[in-house]
Amino acid sequence: MTEFLQFTLGGVSFGMVYAAIALSLVLIWRGTRILNYAQGAMAMLTTYIALTVITHTGSYWEGFIVALAAGLVLGAVIERGVIRPVENRPPLNAVVVTIGLLVLLEGIAGIIYGGQYRSFPTAFSLNGLHAGSVPLGISRNDVFVAGAVLVAALALWALFRFTPAGLRLRAAAFNPRAARLLGVRVGRVLTLGWALAGLIGALAGLLVSPDTFLYPSSMDSIFVLGFTAAVIGGLDSPVGAIVGGLILGVLLNYVGGYLGSNLVPLFGLIALMGVLMFRPSGLFSVSHARQV
Amino acid sequence: MTLLRHLAAALVAGAVIWAASVQLSAFRDFQMAQVAVYVVAIAGLSLLIGLSGQISLGHGAFMAIGAYATALLSTHLNWPWWAMFVASAAVAALAGVIVGLAAARLSGPYLAGATLMLAVALPSLADQFPGVFGGDQGLSVNITAPAALGAAFPLTRWQAWICAIAALAALVILANLSRSKVGRNWRAIRDDPIAAALSGLNVARLRVLAFIVSAACAGLAGSMLAVTTSLVSPGSFTLTLSITLLAGAVLGGLGSLVGALWGALVIVLVPTYVTDVATSHGLSGGAAANIPIAAYGIVLIVVMLVFPYGIQGGLRRLFGLVPAAPPVRLTSPRRPGPADDQAEDHDSPFRRPPVSEHQEEGTP
Amino acid sequence: MKSSHRLRLPAAAAAVTAAALVAAGCGSSGSSSGSGGAAAASAPGITATQILIGSHQPLTGPAAPGYSEIAPAANAYFQYVNAHGGVYGRKIKYTYLDDGYDPAKTVSVVHQLVLQDNVFAIFNGLGTPTHLAVVKYLNSTKVPDLFVASGCDCWNNPAAYPYTFGWQLDYVREGKILGAYIKQHFAGKKIGYFYQNDEFGQDGVKGLDMEIPHSQVVSRQSYVPTNVNIGPQAAALKASGAQVVVSFSIPAFTALLKLAALKLSWNPTFVVSDVGADPITLAGLLEAFAKKGGATVSGNALTQGIITDGYLPTLGDGSNSWIALFKKVHDTYDAKAPLDGNVLYGEAVGYAFVQAMIKAGKNPTRASVVKAVEGGLPQGPSVAPYDYSATDHGGMMGAYIGVIKNGAIVQQGPVWTTDTSPTGPVTQYSGTQPAAPASGMP
Repeated sequence: MTEFLQFTLGGVSFGMVYAAIALSLVLIWRGTRILNYAQGAMAMLTTYIALTVITHTGSYWEGFIVALAAGLVLGAVIERGVIRPVENRPPLNAVVVTIGLLVLLEGIAGIIYGGQYRSFPTAFSLNGLHAGSVPLGISRNDVFVAGAVLVAALALWALFRFTPAGLRLRAAAFNPRAARLLGVRVGRVLTLGWALAGLIGALAGLLVSPDTFLYPSSMDSIFVLGFTAAVIGGLDSPVGAIVGGLILGVLLNYVGGYLGSNLVPLFGLIALMGVLMFRPSGLFSVSHARQV
Repeated sequence: MTLLRHLAAALVAGAVIWAASVQLSAFRDFQMAQVAVYVVAIAGLSLLIGLSGQISLGHGAFMAIGAYATALLSTHLNWPWWAMFVASAAVAALAGVIVGLAAARLSGPYLAGATLMLAVALPSLADQFPGVFGGDQGLSVNITAPAALGAAFPLTRWQAWICAIAALAALVILANLSRSKVGRNWRAIRDDPIAAALSGLNVARLRVLAFIVSAACAGLAGSMLAVTTSLVSPGSFTLTLSITLLAGAVLGGLGSLVGALWGALVIVLVPTYVTDVATSHGLSGGAAANIPIAAYGIVLIVVMLVFPYGIQGGLRRLFGLVPAAPPVRLTSPRRPGPADDQAEDHDSPFRRPPVSEHQEEGTP
Repeated sequence: MKSSHRLRLPAAAAAVTAAALVAAGCGSSGSSSGSGGAAAASAPGITATQILIGSHQPLTGPAAPGYSEIAPAANAYFQYVNAHGGVYGRKIKYTYLDDGYDPAKTVSVVHQLVLQDNVFAIFNGLGTPTHLAVVKYLNSTKVPDLFVASGCDCWNNPAAYPYTFGWQLDYVREGKILGAYIKQHFAGKKIGYFYQNDEFGQDGVKGLDMEIPHSQVVSRQSYVPTNVNIGPQAAALKASGAQVVVSFSIPAFTALLKLAALKLSWNPTFVVSDVGADPITLAGLLEAFAKKGGATVSGNALTQGIITDGYLPTLGDGSNSWIALFKKVHDTYDAKAPLDGNVLYGEAVGYAFVQAMIKAGKNPTRASVVKAVEGGLPQGPSVAPYDYSATDHGGMMGAYIGVIKNGAIVQQGPVWTTDTSPTGPVTQYSGTQPAAPASGMP
């Protein structure tokens, strides 16, 4: 029973990181109909930037803020510089461009920072928490991870729901032509969307890097699972991203604990196919009548 | 007639390759074999994406299936090379049936996600059943040049020959398929599944067939890879391989067999070329080992920006072989959004082009 | 669309293929058997002034952290030798190519080294699955395959692989030595295994099982390097009541295990394979957490008390002449890298190569260097002698047990030697390590 509790709580912690990546993928998909395969690599780069700041100033929170800001900037720069030319092209071009970006960012990180594993600090203590005398298998930092993603998701929701910028984002995503006719600068809004996605991705990188160590390809497997979570939840649904991430994180933790580490990817596939067989567009998809 | 034309072309190509393999060094022969491997894999993937409109990020998994089938046949039954090639393609085709059936209802990014997970999950089976698949150390493949050629015959040249033969055979079959009724049906379901269904085509069956054919190609490529590397282990079939194949297919030009050749050449030659350049400038080891990687990323981005229809599309434009329509249908230049979902199959990588410019305004 | 151009395409394809390949063939920068060819060229890769050797190394990719330091360190030692006269006046040129730990790529780069660059030998090829992909090729083309960087005992196969030699202590032997220590010092305690689910971990466990009574082992948990979430494995080990955890893990996963134990408020005794216990690497991985984990400020605090083994002298032993020599070489030729276990490994195996080349004589051939090693190599920086012979291509025979104290391994007790058989005993080695030569050259 204790083991089950430990697996569940540990799964929530990782699951929230997958949810964060999924959320940023959903943001970009809704806005530009592009799958950003470089999302994990962008998060890796901003985390390296955070590490540099932390090493120089000694303050975790300064590095945290700088990384989030870097995520914003990186997302915006990439959208304007590299993605804008391919937005109106066959969609697979954007796929190859983002893949090229993934490779490029990992190469750059390798050149500047080298390939060795770096230790990344946590905001809070790593000592295990207890419920009475029972060790819960998670630490204060894990609670922070889950909380930070939730806060970010809520902040994003509030942004979309209650602010003019959010309204413009939603309009541009829903019907760009109509939005343009109503005076929305669609191009700028898309850049904002990518910037926000970059921010959430940067957050994910900061939260998970203590557990994975930081090296150029450290975010690769996190990205794969975040992508899977986004697909499970439905690429159009931010709620789906969170739910998908949680389900995946907890499920894979059970698999890793009860069945063995080696079976985790296989069960990820099974979970994904299980969902897609019944809901081909994800759990929270809004189905359109497509067949005649 | 088409078959004869293609066979004739294949014979010419075969003769040229034979001449090249004899003239060039043993190392170039090895590279020729590598290019042949990738040509077959990319051609299959390019057909799947370009002709039938489905995306796959998991073709590395089919290559793994073909490769392991070859290794098992070689270890336990010691079959001749051509039998192993055919059998491995068949086994991968069988896997293609299963995946194709599962994927028939999926489209666009959902199919991408499912195939991505397949590429990640399948190699782990080798570690899960180490007794059968040799675990992390893999299985070895016995390949020797036939005694009739003499003891001093370089193995790499033999490998180049058999891989070239397999590649040419596969390309002839694919070319015929592309020109046949099946190929036309694929293009129909790619461009407009609803209209195709209304015309009486069985969309699901055609999609599964496309998966089967492309999986067979990838399986054959995996078998050729097993023969050239003599060892099959999970470390060779990571997600990177699947992504590389996709990049090669799009770079070369989707739906085009010549495009598959360009894609294969880029994949095999560019990384080694950049590494050589870096080494000759005295950069080696450590951080500098990442320079070829960064350069490869830049190549992918730049080629995509400059040649939106891949290298083959760009060459066609350049040489005026095709006046207006690119080998792959244009998407509409409007930015899409959820409001358009009701009008068309939104998640297909290829959407219906506008009939005329004016039509855009009247979208339901 | 014209249909006639369809015929042109396949033919165009053929023409272009040929053109591209011929261009590639002509355009390739020289190499082949270009350099030298004068009187003293006794073998491929050997000229009057140069010995050319090659290797495949994971410079990028999942295995790069740590392992990518080995080749530059070996090269540093070669540069030292070159600066002090070389081997019979020949300078060693070491070309190591990146294979990203992908066996298919290993085949490609080794073909390039052998066929295009014409190296004299392949030296210190790294990785078990990667090197397995090329071992048959190297032996069939009679290229010396010296001192493979892998602890698999599969390189010790003179019948099938006469040109291949191992070097480091293999994992089965290591498991036996660690196992014997545990049997002696932790009798009656509950033991848990944590191991990498590949040949490294599995061979280590094989060795452990040859010594530790099965009744003592309460849990066996494996991990794969692609999945960093080993929380469940740690929880399972704790739940089994293990008091001693033996870990055949790479440094990242040793660190992760330690972190997971922190989260579980669990503090067993850790016995870790030499592969995953380099104190400097571990401290680097743990340093960010030492502050938060309630320990004092250095990462060393979290590595205190870890038991491990070593087949090279410990970096903490300032009085050891080999460490002094290798430190000097490192500071001169490889100063950017941290002086850790990987650098020590690289320099030590480089020393072994120079020993072999000197023994091979003034006009070495591929066959003569193989004979030289088979004739036995004198003990160098390793703590136990080599057992090279015509029937044994394995390499080192033994190691000492050590404990990490204040960021360095402190030797505990004597050096132990053993073999790879289930019944072979673990015996104390009574000899002493020879001192490093004053000139730094063998």
